[in-house]
Amino acid sequence: MPLDNPPAKRSFKTVGTRPLRPDGLDKVTGRARFGADATAPGLLVGRILRSPHAHAKIKSIDISKALALQGVKAVVTSADFADRTDGLRDVLVNVMARDKALYEGHAVAAVAASTAEVARKALKLIKVDYEVLPHVTDVDEAMKPGAPVLHDDMFTKGVEPAPTKASNIALRCEFGHGDVEAGFKQAAVILEDSFKTEATHQGYIEPHACLANIAADGQGELWCCTQGHFMVRDTCAQLLGIEVSKLRVTASEIGGGFGGKTTVFIEPVACALSKKAGRPVKIVMTRDEVFKASGPTSSASMDVKIGVSKDGRITAASATLRYQGGAFAGSPVEMGAMCAFACYDLENVKVVGYDVVCNRPKQAAYRAPGAPMAAFAVESIMDSLAKKIGLDPIDFRLKNAAKEGTKSSYGPTFGPIGLVETLQACKAHKNYAAKLGKNQGRGVSSGFWFNFGGQTCVSLNVNIDGTVGLSVGTPDIGGSRASMSLMAAEELGIAYEQVKTIIADTASLGYNDVTDGSRVTFASGLATIHAARDAIKKLCARAAKTWGIPEDAVVWEAGHAKPAGKNAGEFEPLSLAEIAATVGNTGGPVAGHCEFNAENAGPAFASHVVDVEVDPATGRTTVLRYLIAQDAGKAIHPTYVEGQFQGGAAQGVGWALNEEYIYGADGKLQNAGFLDYRVPVCSDLPMIDTVIVEVPNPGHPYGVRGVGEASIVPPLAAVANAVSDAVGIRLPQVPLSPPRVLAALTKDGRNAKS
Amino acid sequence: MAQLTVQLGGTLQSYAGGQKTFQVEASNIREMLTRLGQQVPALKAVLDRGVAVAVDGQIIREAWFHPLTAGNEIFLLPKLAGG
Repeated sequence: MPLDNPPAKRSFKTVGTRPLRPDGLDKVTGRARFGADATAPGLLVGRILRSPHAHAKIKSIDISKALALQGVKAVVTSADFADRTDGLRDVLVNVMARDKALYEGHAVAAVAASTAEVARKALKLIKVDYEVLPHVTDVDEAMKPGAPVLHDDMFTKGVEPAPTKASNIALRCEFGHGDVEAGFKQAAVILEDSFKTEATHQGYIEPHACLANIAADGQGELWCCTQGHFMVRDTCAQLLGIEVSKLRVTASEIGGGFGGKTTVFIEPVACALSKKAGRPVKIVMTRDEVFKASGPTSSASMDVKIGVSKDGRITAASATLRYQGGAFAGSPVEMGAMCAFACYDLENVKVVGYDVVCNRPKQAAYRAPGAPMAAFAVESIMDSLAKKIGLDPIDFRLKNAAKEGTKSSYGPTFGPIGLVETLQACKAHKNYAAKLGKNQGRGVSSGFWFNFGGQTCVSLNVNIDGTVGLSVGTPDIGGSRASMSLMAAEELGIAYEQVKTIIADTASLGYNDVTDGSRVTFASGLATIHAARDAIKKLCARAAKTWGIPEDAVVWEAGHAKPAGKNAGEFEPLSLAEIAATVGNTGGPVAGHCEFNAENAGPAFASHVVDVEVDPATGRTTVLRYLIAQDAGKAIHPTYVEGQFQGGAAQGVGWALNEEYIYGADGKLQNAGFLDYRVPVCSDLPMIDTVIVEVPNPGHPYGVRGVGEASIVPPLAAVANAVSDAVGIRLPQVPLSPPRVLAALTKDGRNAKS
Repeated sequence: MAQLTVQLGGTLQSYAGGQKTFQVEASNIREMLTRLGQQVPALKAVLDRGVAVAVDGQIIREAWFHPLTAGNEIFLLPKLAGG
């Protein structure tokens, strides 16, 4: 559905306001039901036995003593899941190890018992005979010849001729255009450096939790916290070999996802235990399990080289990205490679990426997967180049910024985009003019994310009192129920409070893709608009019948059906409530529907400006000011758009300053808890200032673009650039934790600039 | 049926012997992918697993019947996933 014309003159009544979220009261009073709140009569406790080794052959598993323990109702291992050869095999093997444990925390068996105590005892009675194998957890080490190979059937794809020897490199990819060597020859200044980022966890407060109840007749229900309950249904049904229609999945309220809940971990295990025990089974991960056995993002090792002319135009840019994605292929290196230089208008650009496996948990998506790491490397060099040629960092970016008509670094030509506007907004903001003191520095960075649409289905029901029930199938992870209600209200011409949006279960609605790719406000919102317009058409038809005039002689205005003109007749307008009150007599219920592939999601750009102060005695960085300008296309609920901007920045600050998976020489995670893995808390952050830029997306009637992911792309570089500005040293590895900054200051023999 | 110029991005080129651009006759995405798979059999399995299609800069992930015309800029990209 294209942009409603003319966009500049479109005035909104409800969209763009800031009402309270419909789930707010439940969440602050404890009424909201999260994954672990589900219960059922006869409930059993599920627990999972996990590998203590980073890499080991599973020679045998003896479950006999566990099964004999009183109170144990079922034990499952990989033998309870049929092996497969399709695209779900890695998911299956990650859910339950088969012949090898590939990382510390890899599930090897599970029990269902009458109590948690019995379940814990049962796990201790399961005897697993391991043959410990050499392991590798660092991406650069994993790529070296002679590194322990995780999969003897992994031959690097994307290389000609195809390798004949197995390695840990799953894929080589390449993007770009032009002639980078020729471009570098034209450059007056060339800078290059190598960078590293560490794996970070999505850090959702709610651990993975689910309750499965598979009955003797094979029909089942599953309650779980997830970003995509239709995905959970389809995946579990396939892994368990049951018909999709027999499994009904309900998404609970979700205590954070950020991409980490777009796959399955415990859900198929709970289903298998329930099926075997004939009783409902609940599994709730501990925090230790969340860190060790659910997906963090990739860690990365990168080389970037950029050349510029004397006047500050980039003549060539190249990068090599190496991402480890845990024990299975599928790191987001291709997306990182496409995003790396997407902010810039380049004639000559080349990015090579390598997808590498290591003895770590399988990575899962994390907001703009793959992009923040690449942006850290590229935007760090951009910062150094601006300094080197004496240009203001925003002016340097503006000089090279991608705009409508730019051939993107990954191929396609951009339509209308808002990067330039975000940079201009940053430059005009008071934060950019704030004076910096001793040991303080300022950093700038920009970032890009594609944004997606995807399969979407909604149903809008008109109730007899004129209120509206809207059922959507995309779990609400950022206030989307409020946004959907706003869009439905806007179309129908009724108050926001008259629309109640719920997340329907998988039996009540057609398939919906997961909540990912910043897609929900765009895709479910677009479906909501379609469904509302569908309902309006039916409401107009009922008015036409009532008045005895043709349907096309009725129009919908401000929540009322009205005769289209004098020739249609003189009738008092009928409100939605008045039509709704008589639907039983005029043709039965009125509902609007939409089921479609939502496409044409417009890309998002964001620019960030950060001020920090570095304590030279401790290496600790304090964030003083933080500014975000991001293109939202059209902000449906500005407060929640700002919240998405701020949330992405907060997580990015954590990634930049403190968060990292730390592995010991034994291949075991050293900091699997929030005491040792330090996410930012309120006292670590200033108020994050936001500017909503609105360059309409031509693929949406209101111009909406997704906003959930682009905001995490710039912070790593923005913070690192600010720290570099404060201390006068380029630090090429995040997190910039106090020990790392202090070591760099000590090694350099310099104190912070004064 | 329009004569389309289809460009391959990233890893997809390696399945086509390094060739970046193909001429394909088709009127929508499904026809374009089918004919491209026929032209380059080594690409077929990759195309069947799923690719993203950028049409005039807008990414179409799934819609087979999205219409294509001769003037469209068409890029095939790896399947994309988000968070």
